[in-house]
Amino acid sequence: MLSACYTGDVSVTLSEAESRRLVAQHGVAVSPFVTGDSTAAVLAAMSTHQQLSYPVVAKLCGRRIAHKSERGLVRLQINDQQSLQAHCDDLLAAAKPDDGDVELLVTSMERGNRELIAGLHNDPQFGLVVMLGVGGVFAEAFKDVTFRLAPITQADAEEMIGDLSAQALLGEFRGEPALHRQELVEVLLALCEVGAAHREIMSVDLNPLILINGRPVAVDALVEISQ
Amino acid sequence: MTRDLKALFEPRGIIVSGVSSHPGKYGFVALHNLLTSGYRGEIFSVGREAGEVLGRPVFGSIDELPEGPDSTLDLLLICTPAAVNEQLLRAAAAKGVRAAFVASGGYREAGSDGLAAEQSLVATAEELGMLLAGPNGQGVISTPARMCAQIVAPYAPRGGLSLASQSGNIISTWLNLSSHFGVGISRSVSAGNAAQLEVIDYLEWFAEDPETKVSVAYIETIQQGRATFERLRAISEKKPIVVVKGGASAAGARAAASHTGALAGDDAIFDGMCRQAGVIRANDPEEAFETAATLATQPLPKGNRVVVVTSAGGWGVAAVDAMARTGLDPMPLPEDLKAAIDDLLPPRWSRSNPIDTVGAETRDTLPTILELAAGHPDVDAVVFLGIGILSNTAAMMRQGQFYPDFGLERIVNFRERQDSRYAKAAVDIAERTGTPVLVATELANTRPQTPGPATLRAAGVMCHTSAGRAVRSLDQMVRHALWRSARGA
Repeated sequence: MLSACYTGDVSVTLSEAESRRLVAQHGVAVSPFVTGDSTAAVLAAMSTHQQLSYPVVAKLCGRRIAHKSERGLVRLQINDQQSLQAHCDDLLAAAKPDDGDVELLVTSMERGNRELIAGLHNDPQFGLVVMLGVGGVFAEAFKDVTFRLAPITQADAEEMIGDLSAQALLGEFRGEPALHRQELVEVLLALCEVGAAHREIMSVDLNPLILINGRPVAVDALVEISQ
Repeated sequence: MTRDLKALFEPRGIIVSGVSSHPGKYGFVALHNLLTSGYRGEIFSVGREAGEVLGRPVFGSIDELPEGPDSTLDLLLICTPAAVNEQLLRAAAAKGVRAAFVASGGYREAGSDGLAAEQSLVATAEELGMLLAGPNGQGVISTPARMCAQIVAPYAPRGGLSLASQSGNIISTWLNLSSHFGVGISRSVSAGNAAQLEVIDYLEWFAEDPETKVSVAYIETIQQGRATFERLRAISEKKPIVVVKGGASAAGARAAASHTGALAGDDAIFDGMCRQAGVIRANDPEEAFETAATLATQPLPKGNRVVVVTSAGGWGVAAVDAMARTGLDPMPLPEDLKAAIDDLLPPRWSRSNPIDTVGAETRDTLPTILELAAGHPDVDAVVFLGIGILSNTAAMMRQGQFYPDFGLERIVNFRERQDSRYAKAAVDIAERTGTPVLVATELANTRPQTPGPATLRAAGVMCHTSAGRAVRSLDQMVRHALWRSARGA
């Protein structure tokens, strides 16, 4: 995808690691993760992290790495420390000189049948808007999405959830509990706080926002800022 | 700050420029419409031909009017070519005029020279401290002032709806619907090119206007999206606004680096903005009118639980089917309501929602059931589909060769009175209980003079043309009510 141009500004996409740190700082629920610029640093961080346990996912992140999966820079279902170490070494070795600064990201391997998408977008007409939609591979085909102008209130956020056509996805679903609506409200409110705190933000994608036992958790984050 | 538009909507006197003796000219039509609508203030005609038009003198210029700078002339209605209009503004300002409606074209819509003329016209109005409506608009209506200052028809009965539109034709559609359904208009303005006053300025004034209950707007473009949102939200907190947006389908997703951006079509954001601001968005002008007319003539429901009352099965089923596509809940009948209706009807009645009286009703059964349903604390709204069967038969009997013999006169009168009684009951019960009672019958469309729809029209209350359309309006109304209650408004 191309960088967006807006009122002459050029935008930069932060790495997933940078993006996660930025949104997590404002209370957006992201899957537990650690980062580091060496295998040793990542393993050390892993060992002290309370919520992060195997199996995990390891990724190589960098601002210039736009398509991690296509380049084989996402390693799923890593079950122990030994394999994690091997994957981390391998990922660092896969970095190319053109990639610039890179870092390792290790996060929990989350599973859920339901994927949402949420984000921010700086609209030329209305300014910063917040979005909630049904995610997954068909997101752009179904376009089951709803927008509000940021910031929003608790009532706005509740109404956004009610706007989605796929309400059946939000109830009890395939043995999983119903969506914990207040936690999704808090994700949307936290997104608005991200936007309010960082005026340079052009867009934020939490995609996907997986429902794990009914609780929304972002397992990827991408922040685009103007420069 | 809301701009004071009183000079535009409640002028004490009006000057019409461009008055001609040719009945095809806009200046003639404007004068004709003002006189015909019964405007009671002073009217002065200004035109190039000396003499009289419609029995009134025509002055060669505004300067010649026998009025001074402290006159009660408030409004200038301009039907002259663009080239002379700035001079007219100045001459009118010298007589104390504070507002102009510019019906003339030849401005922005006519290319770059026109745009320059429009900007210059606005600058002159600003310099003179004048309100400028239009240019390139069809005019302004204010029924409390009995004023039809339009270069086209129609006019409309008086009522609680106020209209502002970027398209004049859509104003005409709404005015015709107003006459048809008997749900009247308070103010109406065609914003034209909206060179100075924009649709949002009119809506803001309507929100403060005691004659306006509900505003209806047609817009194609929005300037200053964020500021418009804030203003719309502030207006919605005071009074409902129903909006139709033209050009909604042309909007595509923007080129963007993010998924969020790719999903952010113009229309998706506009739609969310409306939801957030409490603006009721209608899909088309007809839906906008019906929804606004319902809001203006029914109490606001407290929630989404709806009971359908019908005297025939299919209508009720259609109403419940229509609800499946909305946020309305065709609630199970409360036990105590069921028991109360058991006392009124034979056991074969539906005993569920829709309440189907299976033709077993007598003179007061339907009004009694309506009262029970609307008065029940769990019921938020009632849709009533009991009108029409009796009138249909009555009409055929009245037109047939046997009328009035064989007892037909008596039964025809009874049947017609019944439909009228049902319509009246629906109006009274909604008022008494504070629960909306929406009435639907295709007779409102096909034979509006029959007693059911005619009674509602005379009462100034919306009669829907189908159960589905009543449900659609009710759904919009409930959504707005929930928006209000979620914000303590």
